[in-house]
Amino acid sequence: MDKIPILRMGRFLLVTIQVDMHDQLALALQEDLTSRIVKDGARGVLIDISSLEIVDSFIGRMLGTIASMSRMLDAETVLVGMQPAVAITMVELGLALPGVRTALDVDKGMEMLRSRIGPDGEMTGHDPDP
Amino acid sequence: MILTREVAELKRPEDVVRVRQVARALALQAGFGLVDQTKIVTAVSELGRNALIHGGGGTATLEVIEEGIRRGLRIVFRDEGPGIADVERALQDGYTTSGGLGIGLGGARRLMNEFEISSSPGKGTTVTIARWK
Ligand SMILES: Nc1ncnc2c1ncn2[C@@H]1O[C@H](COP(=O)(O)OP(=O)(O)OP(=O)(O)O)[C@@H](O)[C@H]1O
Ligand SMILES: [Mg+2]
Repeated sequence: MDKIPILRMGRFLLVTIQVDMHDQLALALQEDLTSRIVKDGARGVLIDISSLEIVDSFIGRMLGTIASMSRMLDAETVLVGMQPAVAITMVELGLALPGVRTALDVDKGMEMLRSRIGPDGEMTGHDPDP
Repeated sequence: MILTREVAELKRPEDVVRVRQVARALALQAGFGLVDQTKIVTAVSELGRNALIHGGGGTATLEVIEEGIRRGLRIVFRDEGPGIADVERALQDGYTTSGGLGIGLGGARRLMNEFEISSSPGKGTTVTIARWK
């Protein structure tokens, strides 16, 4: 697998990170995501990291970069589903992720985005993007 | 006493993923709980990437060890890269020569019970870490 799928849900994008990413894959996601924000006019990005077993300095930096690049493009990023063991470890590692919003799960993340951005309306609007 | 030993190459980015997986399996075998496993795998990811990116590639030797009644995991990262001129400085959070966050070395030290680094400019770097149950 050499790409992480990006799913469109109305005005939001959903990324579920399911693999143990090597660094190139993480960099590719960063690029794909920013171009999709522009192309789809997305106002919010949900990144589901519930299957991610660690967040190290590289992945942390990537998540921070995605959040700030999205903000430049007028989209909010919410990180959802972080495992407690990952959170504990990140604090000890010294990774703070300033400016990155988090929510416990996808539903709560979606609520957070809606309350900040307004209802996305077209939730059924499926995008058959390859 | 060494109960299990695995040696892994660090030559390509995928190798860092693999070393993480080996570390996870051995941490499990040694009986570590989820939080300890996560700390170990995270430290391994940091030092494995350092050996690859800064050290130009190297190896990781992972061992499940037993000393008396305590059991632990020890990992040695070796590379023959440029070495680190000022180790104390490299260990400080925020110090980076590559546009990283500069938390890998210091963070790995915080995540483990034992941390030892020896480096000589031009010869390479060896970092040994261990965590006990
Ligand atoms: N194996 C190594 N060989 C040579 N230099 C190294 C090695 N490991 C670390 N260094 C030096 O120490 C510095 C600090 O390392 P550290 O892992 O803390 O931060 P980083 O790798 O720059 O960023 P990151 O936060 O992403 O890990 C590096 O920038 C590099 O200059
Ligand atoms: Mg590093």
